[in-house]
Amino acid sequence: MLKKLAVGAAALVATSSAAHAEQLVDSIHFLIPGGAGGGWDGTARGTGEALTGAGIVGSASYENMSGGGGGVAIGHLIENADSMHGTLMVNSTPIVIRSLQGVFPYNFSDLTMIAGTIGDFGALVVTPGSATTLADLVAAYNADSSSIAMGGGSVPGGMDHLIGAMVMNAAGADATKIAYLPFDAGGVALAALLSGEIEVLSTGLGEALAQSKAGEVDILCITSDARVADAPDVPTCSEAGADGAYFVNWRGFFAAPGLPDDKADAYRAAIAAMYATPEWEAVRARNGWVEIHNPGADFVSFLENQEQIIGDLMTSMGFL
Amino acid sequence: MEGILTGLSAAFTFQAIALVVLGCLIGSFIGMVPGLGPMQVIAIMIPVAVGIGDPSIAMIMLAGVYYGAVFGGSTSSILINAPGVASTVATSFDGYPMARKGFAGKALTIAALSSFAGGTLGAILLTLAAKPLADVALLFQSPEYLAVMIVGMTAVAAFGERGRAYKAVLMVIFGMILASIGEGSQFANRPRFTFGYVPLQDGISSITLIMGLFAVPEAFFLILDPKRGQYKGDGQSKEINNMRINGKEAKEMAPVIGRQSILGFLIGVMPGAGATIASLMGYAMERNIAPKEKRDEFGKGSLRGLTAPETANNAASTGSFVPMLTLGIPGSGTTAILLVALISLGVQPGPALINDNPDIFWGIIISMYFGNVVLLILNYPLIPYIAKLLAVPRTFLIPFVLFFSMVGAYLVSQNPTELYTMIVLGVVTTLLRLAKFPIAPIVIGFILGIRMEDNLGRALTDPDYTGFSFIWQRPMTLVFLLIAAAMLLYPMIEGRLARRERKKARDSQVTQD
Repeated sequence: MLKKLAVGAAALVATSSAAHAEQLVDSIHFLIPGGAGGGWDGTARGTGEALTGAGIVGSASYENMSGGGGGVAIGHLIENADSMHGTLMVNSTPIVIRSLQGVFPYNFSDLTMIAGTIGDFGALVVTPGSATTLADLVAAYNADSSSIAMGGGSVPGGMDHLIGAMVMNAAGADATKIAYLPFDAGGVALAALLSGEIEVLSTGLGEALAQSKAGEVDILCITSDARVADAPDVPTCSEAGADGAYFVNWRGFFAAPGLPDDKADAYRAAIAAMYATPEWEAVRARNGWVEIHNPGADFVSFLENQEQIIGDLMTSMGFL
Repeated sequence: MEGILTGLSAAFTFQAIALVVLGCLIGSFIGMVPGLGPMQVIAIMIPVAVGIGDPSIAMIMLAGVYYGAVFGGSTSSILINAPGVASTVATSFDGYPMARKGFAGKALTIAALSSFAGGTLGAILLTLAAKPLADVALLFQSPEYLAVMIVGMTAVAAFGERGRAYKAVLMVIFGMILASIGEGSQFANRPRFTFGYVPLQDGISSITLIMGLFAVPEAFFLILDPKRGQYKGDGQSKEINNMRINGKEAKEMAPVIGRQSILGFLIGVMPGAGATIASLMGYAMERNIAPKEKRDEFGKGSLRGLTAPETANNAASTGSFVPMLTLGIPGSGTTAILLVALISLGVQPGPALINDNPDIFWGIIISMYFGNVVLLILNYPLIPYIAKLLAVPRTFLIPFVLFFSMVGAYLVSQNPTELYTMIVLGVVTTLLRLAKFPIAPIVIGFILGIRMEDNLGRALTDPDYTGFSFIWQRPMTLVFLLIAAAMLLYPMIEGRLARRERKKARDSQVTQD
């Protein structure tokens, strides 16, 4: 009852105060499925900071609920759906993979999809001078598949493995059987690349960019649909010969199942309004995030498409 | 050289000195709270550091926080057997027994001096050879890491009393099984041993495990027998405060410090190892090379057993800066957080750093010397007061420890299942201790087991080798494996020879033992 009054009051406030950025949502409670200091945590807190700082949202609160690789928080949101209309949960690409694996008792499509907000592209990275183009790498692999080991920061069958295999497949290799070595952090995987333990590293552009600027590694291609401003010399994978190898590692927000449409739209409007604010730009630049905005229905079709692509890959590689 | 001077001039300003003192104090106190290690404390302090703006001065403060937190962790290991982080677990193996025997002040002094020496000698190595060492770090691949960890495993031998070696081995396996719960391994793309219970999917965090194994059983033993374990030094409180180390002890410490500074530093340089592995390896090595009568003291309050891990973990912490500063590769959780701090301050570590920003590169290295010296100056006079903590009756002390342990375990993950796990582990450990099983091997199995699995998995997957052929295809791997075998076999052979000698002596002289 109190909550309803509060929302009503917020609606009044929202219509009356149009001076600063217009307040569109009274308050948001961010549910973070992992511990403090991780990628999800940074995304939720940064987004909350920009939204409240710009005056789009009145106040934000945060709750870390780790466990089950995010599964505990998803379960909590679904089981208490009726009382959690004020909550947004942050999540990212692995929720699609985990749902497909059936590791969670729930699927991401059980939730109300609000919007994808930021993202990163996959990148294939080699040491300078080893393979100058993606075609070289594929040729070397096709000539002798045991000459190439691929490394990444995810488990076998996880995101880095799937992206790397997808690019190699699209470029004409049968990468379903490529030797994939998992490492537990990007830094250790990079050391393995420099030490020659792996020949190619599948990682995120954000992580590879600094190293490539320092001249330590070459980025063969990135899984975007167009070249990005931060790395104008790096070709997209489609350009490099892996036609259609497009993949976004997104981060975005979900709400409880059965959230009324007007509330979902209010959250989407708040996020859409956030991008133009200087507060957001400060947060974005500080974290080096790439804006990849997928609101509402776009987010739903984007996720369904990604589920299809990942599902096919996992099936062909024997992970499903 | 010019860079070193610029670094020095940055460190010797009033602002820098004030901040490093502040950093050390904050680090020492927060680091004492179980569960809050250097990584967490630095994460807390990053906004402050970024607010300072000047990267050299910000890093000098963070270095103070870092060393302070490492020392704070050792304090709780020694005094209350509650290692706050994995890298100080080995410290408790001998530090706690030493404190229990009434030498708390001395144990803290040894820890402070060893930490200082390890950190400073590490910084000297860093100054002299950062660049070539970075290339050495890149010689290590998964097979070598696996072999190094097998060497570290030999530390377990310290806990196998004669005729009870099987108990130590069982406990190592128990630790490995605990580590395999959930998705800790890089090869576990499905959760293991969770019985479909979702909150267990993240596995058992090392903090929860350490609290469950060390802090919780202390509370149960207090309930079982309130008088048991009351601190022996109570009647002679002079002993608790006594910090003096005599010449003979100093002479015994010096070679250990020398060896472990170098070994610890080198292990720290490798991106896949770090301070925890270094402390366990240092402990294992010193035990195995010690003469027979000294070896038997390990696990019961050995001077060498405390000096070794304390020196090695600090030297390794310093060593982990090598790949970060020269390659931009964070080799440990702590350096990963420091890397984030540097990038936020507009500095991109990498091969170009030393040429592009020599003031920052050398400023960071100078700050290490600085952090170590300030820490020693600050903490040395405080040792008698910190040691007094033990004079607090255990009926008051233990509940506090338990409270902070629970808060620590919960704060890191905010997952209540961690608390249940901690209690269950505490009950199981209490029973195991009553049955005279050694507990430390559980931690060793837990920490090394999962990393050995990852490295073994990678070595077996790598198409460069067929099966286990990496053992002979990579000479360094073979060398480490032979060292491990020698470490295990040498005491056995030596023990057999000694028994034969003793038997001979007994045959001729009747009244000898």
